[in-house]
Amino acid sequence: MTDNIRHWIKTFGLIELFKGLAVTGKYLFKPKITVRYPEEKTPISPRFRGHHALRRYENGEERCIACKLCEAVCPANAITIESEEREDGTRRTTRYDIDMFKCIYCGFCEEACPVDAIVETRVFEYVFWERGENIMTKEKLLAFGDKHEQMIAADKAADAKYR
Amino acid sequence: MFTTLQQWLSGWMWDWLAVLITLLIQAVVVILPIMIAVAYLTYAERKVIAYMQVRMGPNRVGPYGLLQPIADAVKLMFKEVVLPSQSNVYLFLIAPILAIAPAIAVWAVVPFAPGWVVTDIDAGVLYVLAVASITVYGVVVSGWASNSKYAFLGGLRSSAQKISYEIAMGFALVTVLMVADTMNLTKIVEGQQGGIWHWYLIPLLPMFVVYFISGVAETNRAPFDIAEGESEIVAGFHVEYSGMAFAVFFLAEYAMMILISYMTSIMFLGGWLSPFEGIPLLETLFAWVPPFFWLAAKVAFLLFVFLWFRATFPRYRYDQLMRLGWKVFIPLTIVWVFVVMLMHYFKVGPWFN
Repeated sequence: MTDNIRHWIKTFGLIELFKGLAVTGKYLFKPKITVRYPEEKTPISPRFRGHHALRRYENGEERCIACKLCEAVCPANAITIESEEREDGTRRTTRYDIDMFKCIYCGFCEEACPVDAIVETRVFEYVFWERGENIMTKEKLLAFGDKHEQMIAADKAADAKYR
Repeated sequence: MFTTLQQWLSGWMWDWLAVLITLLIQAVVVILPIMIAVAYLTYAERKVIAYMQVRMGPNRVGPYGLLQPIADAVKLMFKEVVLPSQSNVYLFLIAPILAIAPAIAVWAVVPFAPGWVVTDIDAGVLYVLAVASITVYGVVVSGWASNSKYAFLGGLRSSAQKISYEIAMGFALVTVLMVADTMNLTKIVEGQQGGIWHWYLIPLLPMFVVYFISGVAETNRAPFDIAEGESEIVAGFHVEYSGMAFAVFFLAEYAMMILISYMTSIMFLGGWLSPFEGIPLLETLFAWVPPFFWLAAKVAFLLFVFLWFRATFPRYRYDQLMRLGWKVFIPLTIVWVFVVMLMHYFKVGPWFN
């Protein structure tokens, strides 16, 4: 009997509805977690896997030795490499293409590389306006690496102790 | 004000033209602010719900996203109105008009402040109830004419729902009429004069709740929006509508929301009367506030509650909705009619003497 009355009071007093309203009412005044993207950015890890780059040694020589490990490990078959023997007897690439449409940004190429030549940088804001721009050629990748070398070196140094 | 305008106009043109021009000006003066209010109600809805979900809501168009409704309106105006094949084109195009025309027509009798009313008729409550219930035709006809099963189901659900809740709403209003002794909306507000404890909210508290919740159901708003339940029937009766035809349905829904809030504040919350009436110090302190401000504040609060409901409650199941309408609200209102009768007989409180 008393249970019945309690139930009636609870139902007609709309108590649970008011509880729900109190919850949403409380959230109305909470600080908002939205990040207003172009103006604000979330912090990015040094391990972030974004746009690719080919690095050089400090003397200006390109690091890549055309071992083709990255080409072999690439799960999306995004990398195409052709190589030659240079006059000084070293092996270098003549062609190093990454199809950015095929790439799934898994970072295996970076893991596989024995000389830290191919890396993925923290740059993720890039866009292609025309067909064909999605193929990152060796020249483009090297230029990109040159442009961001300081950032890449700092990121690699930050991550080195965990490897 | 409008009578002097009409007299001045008829001094140098035909009488019928003067009447027509006056009527048109009155219509624009009433409809334009309502349309602007509707536009900014959509903005407020998105903002309030976003804030309750710890988001920011629209903030890219103009400062704080304030131009968002205008951007939306421009977008919808330039979109194509797709006519589904096999649909009944005549009914398909007339349905949005059926939805919005009554939603605008009801404003003819709604008083905004003492004397601010287009036509002060004695059967105001009846007029509002009758005209507002015509909006259901827009929904039913659109559901039928679209030649789509989702739209059809949405239309059917909506018609059943609106008719059910109209009864509870009507009974809730009967109690108001019993207390107020008039159907004239202006006189209903005047009957509540004399302080916050004279408002009909107090003797009719359950009826206030029933009326407002029925109003939420009547306007097909969450948690009673089964007519457009996205998860079951896509968008309900307006699935096949696009562009301006869709926008008109939207306008009608929001105009009805504003209307329900107006009626609730007029009939239960003392309309344009100040809540500080009769309180010694505060009354003189707030004497300068125009009466319309109080009404607008009450309406704004109730509209906020509409949005608050939407952010809080999950959608009712169809049978639960019908149960609430028929088995809870209607008996409750009938019981309260008798309670008001008894209060009237024993001349209770400041309301019945």
